[in-house]
Amino acid sequence: MSATLEKPADTAAKRSTASLSHRLAERGIDARLWMLLPALVFIVALFIYPFAYGIGLTVQPLDRTVDAWGGGIFANYVQFFNDPFIFDSIWLTMRLALPAALFNVLVSIPLAFKLRGKFRGKRLMSTLLVLPITLGTVLTAQGLLIFAGRQGWLNRFLLDMNLIDQPLQLVNNYLGVMFSLIISGFPFAFLLVSSYLSGIDPSLEAAAKTLGANWRQRFIRVTLPLLAPGLATTFILTFVLAFSVFPSARLVGDPGGSTRVMALMAYRAFGEQQNYSMASTIAIVMGVVELLVIAIVLLGRSFLYKGSTGGKG
Amino acid sequence: MSESATAARAPGSRKRTDTASRRTDRAPGQRSLAASPGTWLVWAGIAAFFIFLFGILISVFVDSVGKSWFTTWLPLEYTTDWYGESWERFELAHVIGVTLIVSFSVVAISILIGVPASYVLARRDFPFKRVVTALFLLPVLIPPITFGIPLATVMYNFGLGRSLIAVILVNLVPSVPFVIITMTPFIEQINPTIENAARMCGAGMRHVFVRILGPLLVPGILAAAILVLVRTVGMFELTFLVSGPGSDTLVVAIYRAMTSAGGAEPRPLVSSMAVMYTVMMLVILIIALRFVNPTQLVARVRDSDDD
Repeated sequence: MSATLEKPADTAAKRSTASLSHRLAERGIDARLWMLLPALVFIVALFIYPFAYGIGLTVQPLDRTVDAWGGGIFANYVQFFNDPFIFDSIWLTMRLALPAALFNVLVSIPLAFKLRGKFRGKRLMSTLLVLPITLGTVLTAQGLLIFAGRQGWLNRFLLDMNLIDQPLQLVNNYLGVMFSLIISGFPFAFLLVSSYLSGIDPSLEAAAKTLGANWRQRFIRVTLPLLAPGLATTFILTFVLAFSVFPSARLVGDPGGSTRVMALMAYRAFGEQQNYSMASTIAIVMGVVELLVIAIVLLGRSFLYKGSTGGKG
Repeated sequence: MSESATAARAPGSRKRTDTASRRTDRAPGQRSLAASPGTWLVWAGIAAFFIFLFGILISVFVDSVGKSWFTTWLPLEYTTDWYGESWERFELAHVIGVTLIVSFSVVAISILIGVPASYVLARRDFPFKRVVTALFLLPVLIPPITFGIPLATVMYNFGLGRSLIAVILVNLVPSVPFVIITMTPFIEQINPTIENAARMCGAGMRHVFVRILGPLLVPGILAAAILVLVRTVGMFELTFLVSGPGSDTLVVAIYRAMTSAGGAEPRPLVSSMAVMYTVMMLVILIIALRFVNPTQLVARVRDSDDD
């Protein structure tokens, strides 16, 4: 770390002052740590405190929840795990978020490889790829409803080409949400993977080539291991994006059925039923489920090479 | 979904791009004229993606200027009335004003709080550093709804619900950690010996910051600011939880129009708002991309020789 480089100069400057501050400075505590304070205050006030408060709320269920489900102060949890309408939302969320994140990462790899060199229009293409990030989920939803709806251009084109004889049902179901997740998540994954890829020293691959490795060997033995930690990071970030889908699940999905994701259930409890404690319960369980997936990926990532060269995350 | 098929094969044609990126060592004749199947698949995938993307964009635009577009390829008549109508009906002047105020305050505050913190995290070693780092990482990793709902409940308890301040505060929660996470590696890559040299020459802490670090940090700060700006303008979940009439940002206003009780608003009205949103985003981005390249935060090695 760079801090070790700097320390001697630092402690030397402090040597003339009182011995307590000197000893503290040697352990890395000195006046410059004050710069951390605003951020710490901020995070405690706006993140830790509300979070703790939310966890407290989950064990203060409404009377109607206790009456209906029993379980005393844990009535919210009892309802969560026993009410299939709520509990199934975990599975429904996973069924959307995992495939979407995997697809975005896996498809980004070949594209990033293909496009890492110089070619005409590269700048234009990366600019165009930033576009969907700016669209946001709400707008993507509106566009999908028009473009891929029953009367939309996509169905009309397929009908006119005689590829199908019935309009395809592409929105207001699972597929619609999946499309919206790919459109908003893929460019993000692609940009991340490309930048990780550009961080890998090309001379390593050139060396492998000199030693007679063909492209398959170069990819599997050299590039992929270097890229893998970056891929894990990209997967986590796209998964986080996909996991908290909420506007698209409501707008282009089937919010009562196959895209009844956890975020939607939490919002319903919060905004429509005014049941803040149940809403917090769903929200906290949602966070726990997501962190579990992330922890598994991070655990796998810790076995990967994280040296100085390469697209580390 | 033709893209998924390309995943397995595309590296096959890497040889070509690989050599093309470094012209000097390309052997004559190594680059063949006919592209390999892998190349074709990759380009087909990209084409499919862009067809969807532009299909979405153009159909929203056509919808916003069309009248009676039901069973034909294009609307029967064209009009620009939808824009005026939605501008009046949803008080868009106010909504856009709110969006801009919220976004720029969030950017300014999160940079002010985040950059000093990331300097400390990048340069110093101190007790509990790992705990502090993990703390800053959490709001980015946890889904917005998870901390948004307790946070919104707290806001309503304090009587801040549906106010502009609540919207700004809520949006700061993911933005400050985002600035810290992006700026820390950026500061790490700045050689600390420069600061040490300045200090040897007698510069005080303030001087080091203003004269030495400041100018070096400007590209990173700008890039982080733009990413935060784009995220905040587009942030739906958190804003939606605490905003109300008078403090809705544009995305939230569009969502409310799409789902308003008693049937959604006429589709072209929503489309015209969506077009205005896209135009606003594009203007921000075009201005921004003239000054910074957001990827410079991540790509540090050999950024110079591609593009």
